[in-house]
Order: sequence, then C-alpha cells, then structure tokens
Amino acid sequence: MPKVRIPTPLRQYTNGSSEVQVAGNTAGETLGNLAEEYPGLKAHLYTGDGRLRSFVNVYKDDEDIRYLDGPDTEVSEEDELSIIPSIAGGSAASRCR
Amino acid sequence: MPLKIGAGDVRNIRDHAKEAYPEECAGALVGIDTGEMKIVVDVWRAENTHEDERERRFLIEPLQIKEFEERATERDMDLLGFYHSHPDHPAEPSEYDREHAWPYYSYVIASVGSDEVKDMRSWLLKDDRSGYDEEPILG
Repeated sequence: MPKVRIPTPLRQYTNGSSEVQVAGNTAGETLGNLAEEYPGLKAHLYTGDGRLRSFVNVYKDDEDIRYLDGPDTEVSEEDELSIIPSIAGGSAASRCR
Repeated sequence: MPLKIGAGDVRNIRDHAKEAYPEECAGALVGIDTGEMKIVVDVWRAENTHEDERERRFLIEPLQIKEFEERATERDMDLLGFYHSHPDHPAEPSEYDREHAWPYYSYVIASVGSDEVKDMRSWLLKDDRSGYDEEPILG
C-alpha cells in the first residue's frame, strides 16, 4: 500500500503517527481512504463540498500533484504521498481599491 | 495550553512586524511541546509570498514549511506554530485566518501600526474549525 506522510498538525488524528499506509490506486483515492480510516482528518483536509482545501498540498515524492494529474495521479505500492501545509491568512481589512 | 515566548523572541516578532509594515509579515515558532506547555526557543522569518494585497494577506509556501520542519527536526525541536502581523488591525483572527488555519499550530498575531506593535495574542484553531481558543502567552 502507498505511504502517506502526515504533517505535525494532523498527527493528533492518526494516533501520533507521522507516516501511515493506506490503500489506493490514485492520490485522490488514497487521501479519501485516509480520511475514512482517520475521520478526525476529514474536516481539515476537505471543504464541505468534498474538495481538497487549497492550503493542503499533496506531493507524490517531490512533485506537487497539481502539476501531475491532480487527484487522478496514479500511485503504486512503492510511492509516498506527503501532505504539506501552506500557511496563509490575513486581517479583516477591506480590499484596497 | 499556554505558549511561552521569551523576551528576545517577542522582540524579534515585533521587529519583523514593524519592518514589514504596511505589509503583513510571517514566520515560524520553533521549540518544544512538553504536553503541558509549548515553549518557543526560536522564531524564523518567512517571506510573505502572497501574490498581491500583502497589506492584508500572507502566504508561506509549502516547500518553505517543509524546510522549516526539516530544520526543526535536525535540532530536535518542533514546529509549534506561526506568527503573522495585522497592520492597523486587531490581533484577532479574521474569517480568512480561520478558513486557512491548521489545528495544533499556535497562531501568534501582532497588531502593528505605523510606529509600534500595539498588541500580540495567540490563538489555537478549534477541532471542529468553528473558531479559535485563545492561548495565554507567558513571558
């Protein structure tokens, strides 16, 4: 099964594990199975309508899957996916015109 | 869980916020999580790479986060959270902050004006993402 590396902020939902093995033939399938197996992850990985949150970056080895085939990126038994955060935010200031 | 930040690191965050004004600054909080307290040992500046509107938005790229994680691990430390500034706005998380936040990380926000940092508070995203719990900052 492919490996998924779990970033620090999500390890509380994977019993402290920094790496888990989850079945899946594509990145999307693997992440979906990950969220099913560790339900505490779901709200932090996905929006309410089931899309991966924009600040959740998924790498297959060293490549961001956005530049591969996105959720359809194929993964094999030997592949490793990494969930790597972007950190973003900002004030409630009005947009400059 | 309280967040302990020494005077030197508080000063470093304040200096960064003032230098970046009127844009938002951002950086990492690095240290030790004892299980009862997070103790910040160092703060590392990051580049705000938000494409535009950096007066009200910040972004730290994933590969920078990955580098911070690796650097912290090499030093047997943890990435405890991040700081950023709110130019001319309160040190409270916005809705935009909440939409983009990660659990576990402490989010220190510095409210900065043209001449000084007015306030600094720390926040932890609730598990259900509905809001934040404020964390006391200990000196």
